[in-house]
This record gives sequence, C-alpha cells and structure tokens, in this order.
Amino acid sequence: MRNVYLVTAFLVVLALSVLGLRGTKFIRPPLDVFPEWAFPGMKRQSKYKHQAASKFFADGRADRPLPPGVVASSQGPAGQPLRNDDSLYTGKDASGAFVARVPASLTVDRTFLEHGRQSFTIYCAPCHGALGDGNGITKQYGMGATPTYHDERLRKIADGDIFNTITNGKNNMLPYADKLVPRDRWSVVAYVRALQRAQSGTVADVPEVNQAELGIK
Amino acid sequence: MSNIFPKSANSLPLQLIIFLFGLGGIMTVGVTYYMTPKYTRVGYAPVQPVPFSHALHAGQLGLDCRYCHVAVDQGPASTVPAAQTCMNCHNQIKVDSPLLGVVRQSYETGNPVPWVKIHQVPDYVYFNHAVHVNRGVSCVECHGKVNEMEVVAHAQPLSMGFCLDCHRNPELRVREPGDVFNLDSPTITQQSGAEAGKRFVHDWNIKPPQSCSGCHR
Repeated sequence: MRNVYLVTAFLVVLALSVLGLRGTKFIRPPLDVFPEWAFPGMKRQSKYKHQAASKFFADGRADRPLPPGVVASSQGPAGQPLRNDDSLYTGKDASGAFVARVPASLTVDRTFLEHGRQSFTIYCAPCHGALGDGNGITKQYGMGATPTYHDERLRKIADGDIFNTITNGKNNMLPYADKLVPRDRWSVVAYVRALQRAQSGTVADVPEVNQAELGIK
Repeated sequence: MSNIFPKSANSLPLQLIIFLFGLGGIMTVGVTYYMTPKYTRVGYAPVQPVPFSHALHAGQLGLDCRYCHVAVDQGPASTVPAAQTCMNCHNQIKVDSPLLGVVRQSYETGNPVPWVKIHQVPDYVYFNHAVHVNRGVSCVECHGKVNEMEVVAHAQPLSMGFCLDCHRNPELRVREPGDVFNLDSPTITQQSGAEAGKRFVHDWNIKPPQSCSGCHR
C-alpha cells in the first residue's frame, strides 16, 4: 500500500510540473477541455462571424466589400436614409465646386459639435494636435510636417474641401472614410471650424459680463 | 486449514476505500483547478505576425482604442484594423522597418495581416461590444490593461461565471461614459462609492440579462 501512495504522489508532482499554475504566459494555442471533435458544431458553428475567413469567396473573406455606389441605409441623415443628397457624401455641389457650409440636412448644434470633438480627438488629434496646430504626439516620433489649421488659407477654404480631405486624404494623409461615416466627417468639419474660431478669438469676442472672471480689463 | 492471506489483509478493504477517497479528492481538485478557462485561456499570448506593442501605441502615445478598433461603440464587433490604419502613420514613420514588412505587403496587396485571435468566445455566445462600452463597461474589464502590454495576453477567463459575476453586480464595474476607453480610470464605485455606482446603473437603465437567451440563441 505504501508503494501505491508513493506512485500517486509521484504522479501528482509530475502532473503539477507539466501543467504548471494558472495565469502563466504561454504562446501555444489554448487547450480545449471540450474539444471540437468530441462536440462537433457547438463551439465552432457553420456560420460566419465578423472579419472571418471564407473558402467560398475567391478573396477568402466572409465580409463582402460594398458594390460601387452602395450606401448603408444608416449613413444618411434621419428622414432621408438613401443617397439623395450628393453633397452630403462628396462635399461638392452639382457643378463640382466644394460646398461652403455643412449641408443643410445636418443640424449643427451642441450635440453635433460634441460628436465632432470626440471623433476629432480619436482620429485627428494624434497628428493634428488637440488644438489643430499640427503638434500632435506623432510629431515626436518622426511624422512629417502637419499643417496648422490656423492660417489664412485654411480659415478660408470651403467646408466641403475639408470634408473631401477627410474622405479621400491629401498628400501624406490617407483617407479616413473607413473610420468615419459622412455624418461623422461633417461633425469633424464643424468642430475644426470651432477650433479655428477659438484660436482666432480676441478680447472683443468675450462677453463683457465674463471679462472680469477671466481677469480681462 | 493454513492461512492463505496474511493477517494484514484484513485491513486492506478499509485502506483501499481511504485511498480511493483520497484519489477522488485529488481528481476533484485537479479538475476544478485545470479544466477551466482560468487555466486554459488566461495567459495566452501568441506570437503575432507583427510585434505590435499596445504599450507603445495605446499607452505611451495615448491613442484611443477606437483609432484602430473602429466601430466598437457602434456594432457587436470590435474590429481588427486594416493595414491602411497602420499606414496612416507608418507611411512616414519607420518606413523601412523590416518588422513592418508584413503590414506594407498587406497594404499593397489587400490581403489581410494574419493576426492571431486571442479572445474568442464560443459561437453560441452572442457578445455585443457596443452595448457594453456605451453603458459604462470599459475595455479593461474583459481585456485587462492592454495599454501596458508589450504582447497582448488573455487577461480574464471570459467564462460564463465571469460574465455573470458582472451581470449580477454591474454597479461594481461601471465607469463614467467618458472613462470607458481610458483603461487606467477608476470605476464609479471606486471613485464615488457604492451608492454612486448603483445610481448610475439605475439612471442608465442598465439591466444585464441573466436569462439564457440574453447571451445564447
């Protein structure tokens, strides 16, 4: 009987040393307690999930690219889900010139600007800086010159031109159309305008009642 | 009649029973400790095709999670970025780095970078990222402090028990909406006490399902 206990103890120590403890870092694919061959079709079912691989399509992806010209029904403003407002998607009017203002179908209000601020902070600020002065964090890591928004040329360009730059990119800047739907892009345009206005403000812009609390005389 | 069995054989049945109980105990402890995602999945840190450091990009640079994981707040999936997202900066930073060869190739050919999936719930679990991050559940609750990981490792078991822990007591885990993507932020309970956590859960109408069909279909 003593030998049986010894063998058991040895096996326990062996198992412990092979299996190790919880939480240890490892690189090999995780063990499966209920493996697929024993329970087929449970954990891995015959369906496609996001960004999955597919043997059916020639390019090997389950996610299908949009056919040209197709617009997701959620992209339009409320009440006009389909693409019946071209300037909303291109930033250009019928003659091909950039529209001067954010399309009228979008209401520029506080919520819209806050949404623009959020999108700007995530996607633009890393290079353009939180103030839009071109001093984003990437500059320290070797990013090429990023223009400041606060010069005469960029203050005067049309809203549609900024929208076009976000959509299609410009020079070294790649398109951000895959990250921001048109409504998001217009909200960023509106926020960029707000940044420009803020940076070009003067004492005269501060209401008189507030001047005292800012220490302006 | 002579003795066929020695006298010590009298205690053998008892000894066997004691041993079997002991063995049963060892097996129970072993199964409880090892046959759970706390052992099989936590710590999984596969070698990725590109040695991308979240500690550098999300931690040191402070990029928002959503810069790459677009639409995590708009849909069920937190997407893996296309190579173009990398090229937004890496068309100017470290353009010749051999480590980025796979990314450049992917950008040119359009074939995806073969990233290895780390967090993977079974197909019978219908997890929706947007529902969670838009109601104050931070990335850090399930993914750990990714902003400090050189190599991403599986941080939490993501087992059903793990999900239910939070679904039963959401007030302990929720954060202010603005803190959701800040992985170093404290929960509301840590910040302002348990009452504030409960109030947030009430005000935001957070009712995490505990029924089967809440997560399984």
